[in-house]
Amino acid sequence: METLLQQTVNGLVVGSVYALIALGYTMVYGILGLINFAHGDVLMVGALVALEAIRLLQIYAPELGLVPTLLAGLAISVVVCMILGYTIERTAYRRLRNAPRLAPLITAIGVSFLLQTLAMIIWGRNYHTFPQLVSTVPLEPIAGVFITPVQIAILVVSATLMVGLVVLVNKTRLGRAMRATAENHKVASLMGVDTNKIIAATFIIGSGLAAVAGVMYSSNYGIAHYAMGFMPGLKAFTAAVLGGIGNLAGAMLGGIVLGLVESIGAGYIEDLSFGFLNSSYQDIFAFLILGIVLIFRPTGLLGERVADRA
Amino acid sequence: MNELALAVPYLGKRHPAAARWVVIAIAIGAPLIAVLFGKTWVRILDFAMLYVMLAIGLNLVVGFAGLLDLGYIAFYAVGAYTFAFLASPHFDIHLPFWLVLPAGAACAAVAGIILGLPTLRLRGDYLAIVTLGFGEIVRIFLNNLNHPVNITNGPQGINMIDPLVLFGWDISRPLKIGDEITVNSLFLYYYVFLAFVVLSIILVQRLQVSRVGRAWAAIRDDELAAKAIGINTRNMKLLAFSLGATFGGVSGGLFAAFQGFVSPESFSLMESIAVLTMIVFGGMGNLAGVIIGALALTALPEVLRYVAVPVQQAVFDRVILDPEVLRMLLLSLAMIFMMLLRPAGLIPAYSRYSRPELVVGKAASGEAGK
Repeated sequence: METLLQQTVNGLVVGSVYALIALGYTMVYGILGLINFAHGDVLMVGALVALEAIRLLQIYAPELGLVPTLLAGLAISVVVCMILGYTIERTAYRRLRNAPRLAPLITAIGVSFLLQTLAMIIWGRNYHTFPQLVSTVPLEPIAGVFITPVQIAILVVSATLMVGLVVLVNKTRLGRAMRATAENHKVASLMGVDTNKIIAATFIIGSGLAAVAGVMYSSNYGIAHYAMGFMPGLKAFTAAVLGGIGNLAGAMLGGIVLGLVESIGAGYIEDLSFGFLNSSYQDIFAFLILGIVLIFRPTGLLGERVADRA
Repeated sequence: MNELALAVPYLGKRHPAAARWVVIAIAIGAPLIAVLFGKTWVRILDFAMLYVMLAIGLNLVVGFAGLLDLGYIAFYAVGAYTFAFLASPHFDIHLPFWLVLPAGAACAAVAGIILGLPTLRLRGDYLAIVTLGFGEIVRIFLNNLNHPVNITNGPQGINMIDPLVLFGWDISRPLKIGDEITVNSLFLYYYVFLAFVVLSIILVQRLQVSRVGRAWAAIRDDELAAKAIGINTRNMKLLAFSLGATFGGVSGGLFAAFQGFVSPESFSLMESIAVLTMIVFGGMGNLAGVIIGALALTALPEVLRYVAVPVQQAVFDRVILDPEVLRMLLLSLAMIFMMLLRPAGLIPAYSRYSRPELVVGKAASGEAGK
């Protein structure tokens, strides 16, 4: 029972990071119908830039406290990622907006690998230890469940951001323009919406969220690496599909559900498979869920869109 | 063959027959020229042949049938591991080559159907992600299936795989002609691989203009319309997956025998992407384009390895971009810029039956008109 509770808490934490990343996928997909393959790598850039910024701050401004340093690093990485997201959209995707479907997808894969390669050139192939400015020492166990301050921070930050995003999309002018563009580009632009700007804004917001998610991911696991974006990116995509791609609430729900399934599954896989499989198969859950969802309920849990969009 | 001949600059369109002989001469003479630069280059040519086979197979799935497969390397892995299981000291089974290679191909074909069945309803980007997941699952299993029963030997991989033995003739040993001339096994492997490549080209070319090939083209261009005119899209898609996988499997088997060693590391996502880049670069749906793409993108990183590294050493006194990084950089840039500037590839598909989904607007009609 305690394992179950503990894994539930872990799952919620991981799941909320997935949810944040999934929001980026789902917003772009909702508007452009494009799977932004490079999204996971924006997350990686976010984590590494924050790492570098924090490192420099600790050298040149050591009098800054732990939390301000972290916040400054976070802010820098969010800004860098927003610029990166805009640049990617502007240079690689915009020209292909009316091309056949495979073209932007292949470009996106290219951008993803380009970012990884550039990160490899700048930061090398090694795993970097991410400074753990928020403590990862567990607090007093509550009902036998350990929870660390960094996990609490992740839950709070991601909940805040998600609420913020929902408000942005549903209550503001920009949000209304985004929804209109997602509904129908042409009609939206006839109504006076500058769709190019809206699409750029979507990429910028998504990349900012990815940067935050990257910093949280690295703070939680204590490492950063040039290829770290691939797995969370893929899982977040799964989460987006699970919840119904193009649907914001769906992405959040999908992220949490995926996080829970994954950590509870990893905790019990050994018993379930009679010791044949162990927790190193954890990553398979995401793919299994993806496959099952796409086969049996391609619209996802909350979605209305159909998987077969040619 | 004709397409390849046509791809020869100038000569191709004026004297197709002469161009054909040029292609044949290049194919046969390539290792003899390569060896002038050192034996490594013959080895690179051998690998290039394997990549050509992979590219031909993937082109069948992506270029002909329009199903974007990002986990293609999994079939290569299945072929290679089947070969390793059936012809190595790992399980102490040593079956002959003519049994093992078809077994590998068959396993890969079955894997193709296993992947194809659940993904029949998916198209475009969803299919891409699911196939990517499939490729990763295969790799995760290869990496971890050494416990509790040792099947794949985990990350260490399987070594001491039996070499190619054709009719009792071990081609991993140098061939002695008379007393003076010895032919290095790298050459022998090249010609064996070349034979397989030629066979694949003939097969695929016949397939492309056959009823099946036309059905694939129809599905690629408009699945609904294809269904409406009575094409059994389910079977045709499965056929594309399994045939494409077969090429991967054969290529994987040859790779295992050639390398003598397989490990999960050789079957990473990067390799799937590399093969995809080859066909995108060369021209999706066009056999000649695909072959040239595969050759170019296998050779180019190697050329860079021998040029860029000494240059960096001379200029900066140290190596800033190592060859592996250069390869990734080259592949990713090739993918982005080809899509932006020349989406139909180096040699766009022009024939009636090979108009890929990617051909857009003016570029395509301009090329097609020539």
